[in-house]
Amino acid sequence: MFITKYIQEVWGAVRSLATGLRRTMYYFTHHKEIITQQYPDNRETLVLPERFKGEVIMPHDDKNEHRCTGCTACELACPNGTIKVITKFDIKPEGKKKKAIDKLVYHLELCTMCNLCVQACPSDAIKMAQTFEHSVFDRGLLTKILNNPGSKIMDGVE
Amino acid sequence: MFEEQGITPEGDLIVNVGPQHPATHGVLHLVITLNGETIKKVEPHLGYIHRSIEKMCESLSYRQFIYVTSRMDYLSAHINNHACALCVEKGLQVEVPPKAQVIRVLLDELTRIASHELWWGAMAMDIGAFTPFFHAFRERETINDIMEETCGARLTMNFMMPGGVMQDLHPNFQARVKSFIQQYKHKIGEYAELLTGNIIFKNRMKNVGVLSPEDAISYGCTGPTARGSGVSCDIRKLYPYEVYGQVDFDEILETGGDSLSRYMVRIREMQQSIRIIEQLIDGIPEGDFQAKTKAVLKLPKGEFYQRVETARGELGVYIVSEGGTTPYRIKFRSPGFSNLSVLDRIARGGKLGDLVAMMGTLDLVIPDIDR
Amino acid sequence: MWSFSGLATGIDAWLTQRFNPALSLTIEMVLAGIAVITLFAVLGLVLVLMERKVSAWMQIRLGPNRVGPKGILQSLADTLKLLVKEGLTPNSADKLLFNFAPFLAIIVAMLLMAPIAFAKDLQLWDLNIGVLYISAVSSIMVISILIAGWSSNNKYSLMGAMRSGAQIVSYELSAGLSVLSVVVLVGSLQVSDIIKSQADGWWIFKGHIPMVVSFVTFIIAVTAETNRAPFDLAEAESELTAGFHTEYSGMKFALFFLAEYVNVFIVCAVGATLFLGGWMPFHIGHWQGFNHVMDYIPSSLWFFGKTFLLIFVIMWFRWTFPRLRIDQLLNLEWKYLLPISMVNLLVTTAMAILGWHF
Repeated sequence: MFITKYIQEVWGAVRSLATGLRRTMYYFTHHKEIITQQYPDNRETLVLPERFKGEVIMPHDDKNEHRCTGCTACELACPNGTIKVITKFDIKPEGKKKKAIDKLVYHLELCTMCNLCVQACPSDAIKMAQTFEHSVFDRGLLTKILNNPGSKIMDGVE
Repeated sequence: MFEEQGITPEGDLIVNVGPQHPATHGVLHLVITLNGETIKKVEPHLGYIHRSIEKMCESLSYRQFIYVTSRMDYLSAHINNHACALCVEKGLQVEVPPKAQVIRVLLDELTRIASHELWWGAMAMDIGAFTPFFHAFRERETINDIMEETCGARLTMNFMMPGGVMQDLHPNFQARVKSFIQQYKHKIGEYAELLTGNIIFKNRMKNVGVLSPEDAISYGCTGPTARGSGVSCDIRKLYPYEVYGQVDFDEILETGGDSLSRYMVRIREMQQSIRIIEQLIDGIPEGDFQAKTKAVLKLPKGEFYQRVETARGELGVYIVSEGGTTPYRIKFRSPGFSNLSVLDRIARGGKLGDLVAMMGTLDLVIPDIDR
Repeated sequence: MWSFSGLATGIDAWLTQRFNPALSLTIEMVLAGIAVITLFAVLGLVLVLMERKVSAWMQIRLGPNRVGPKGILQSLADTLKLLVKEGLTPNSADKLLFNFAPFLAIIVAMLLMAPIAFAKDLQLWDLNIGVLYISAVSSIMVISILIAGWSSNNKYSLMGAMRSGAQIVSYELSAGLSVLSVVVLVGSLQVSDIIKSQADGWWIFKGHIPMVVSFVTFIIAVTAETNRAPFDLAEAESELTAGFHTEYSGMKFALFFLAEYVNVFIVCAVGATLFLGGWMPFHIGHWQGFNHVMDYIPSSLWFFGKTFLLIFVIMWFRWTFPRLRIDQLLNLEWKYLLPISMVNLLVTTAMAILGWHF
């Protein structure tokens, strides 16, 4: 009948709305479900996974030595021209000339964190760091030189 | 007033929606001819986010060009990368180790769920319900955390390489995916309570933007958009790649063709993705995660085509190689472009409020349309 | 029971002692005006904060928690921001009307404050057609929206204004009919009479099912009348960016924003007055002891408690439901709410004549 159908329709509609209202009321009263992370406040406890790709760095050991041979594999692997390897020639004690890096220039502003350079490096000289707060006021600060001043290549790395 | 711009000779109003508009979720520009509230014509204008990705790829090596494709359909970045990797492997004739295949499919399906979650929330927001957006993001964030732990990035993962994947799965991966599946099964009922069963929502969706199967085929619609009209087009079923041939899942088909059908296809597809993950998560084979490839990849002279099912539909990658280290020409057949093209067809005669519902259920990602 | 009438008569006596009657009346009016404006500002701040907190908790978020303790100064900071922002007037807008519309909106909201009884004896103007006055003045609200939409010279604004016009005019019918059902039972349009009639129980309890039905109809209708979601078609941010106030910025936008929240407060106050007894404490028939205990809770607390409960319900709607489409919105009114409230009014009238209520 028309009237019963009308009432059923209204009842079904009201019930469907009530289910939604019940669900939002549940969340309104259950504050333990809140998932907000209060980011700048939780800096101390914030742990990023070890694989997180934040920026490319070159680890140095305590003798200020790195593992980069200056082979430019990373420069070739990079799709954006983010890495520029500037090489020089070291004079070894026995008088032989050896190719080494002068500067490894890294343009953070061009980097897309694709990890290809780290994959390409034959001597594991560079890796991805877990930093992510890269904002600076001067764009020039984003161009970084990855090797420390005065650093040398580690012995035994070819 | 009539001599001013923006009114047709018939007296219809021309309204520009976009390129900056809350409902277009990107820089889509729609020129809408309105008669009162009724839509007479919708004209999409593209090009606001054209980055010439196809041209860029021509100057990149076969390892490098994969990462650019993450920026096309950024919500299914992993699946885009997958398509490119598969196409390069086809040219190189490389056999991908079984472990890499399983990892790829697992991440694909997680990406698909994440993409559909975002679609669900954004579409709910389009039609005026804000709360589902945040609830969808809760589940999506869990997936993103899993991705971050294994791939190192949340959105543009770049985990694919020709021949396999970049790294092995993280040791926590299995446990976290299992706990996500538990969380998901626990929360999926809430989605129905908040939106799917809601009478206002149903009325907004039913018989809105009806796309007939004939139109879906002739406009080249793929993915959930076409499956909502009953057109079987799931590449995972029709042309199985990787391990999709071995897992048991259903192709979701709805026959309505309206917005509600497209909505239901995506909701049910998420459950199928969960089913695929459940089948694969316990039996990840041992072995290499990467096939041995040469340092410099060179594809033989010829043409290679590979298609995959992204969260939005069929993505085709077409590579023309001249035998060098970079492709001679690359063409991407993106699902969003074809899906957008039906908008005018289905929107005519609808109300302005319907347009956002239609755009929502077409699941448009503008960088995918424009590339 | 302590009441505000003592305070009012005290001020009145003190003023008439010192000044001539005309001046003292002027001073009293200024005082009342200041009180209303203060209430306005406080209401705006409190309601915006409440809305943000309610929405945040429903959306598993924390909400504002940075400015001031627990974020209670957040809306003050927002107001400050809006005050110092530039109030742009588009070049091709009708400048006079464009700048006039927000003030009209806020004036209407202020006028509506007059007949509302905030506590026992705290009422600006207890005129004998109080309910009719509220219905009549609230209709002017739509004019400010139409002016704003038309004068902006923006298609989104125009469409939002037109939607809003259709919406408010239709929903006033069922809001009016559900108000009438209370008036039929009370037999008076005066707000103080309506509240007094609920001394032995609120109308929602005394009036059986018809009263519950008209209460629900009233809540739905006023949600639509104040352009709140799920009936926020006039703003519909995903369709019309911001609807009728797309072109407004700075303080002119803030006035619309404030008017919306004050209107929500007013309709909820009217709802609380008509159906939930206004400032009248919760009384059950002739249980003298119980009624006496209830009287110890101040009447203003009762009024604001009830009003904020209704405001919460309206916010709860907003953060749960999707938006309706314009044709569905009008269907809901003309096909469902209006027939229901008409039948309901008939039933209530029969009830009132036969004396079937408590």
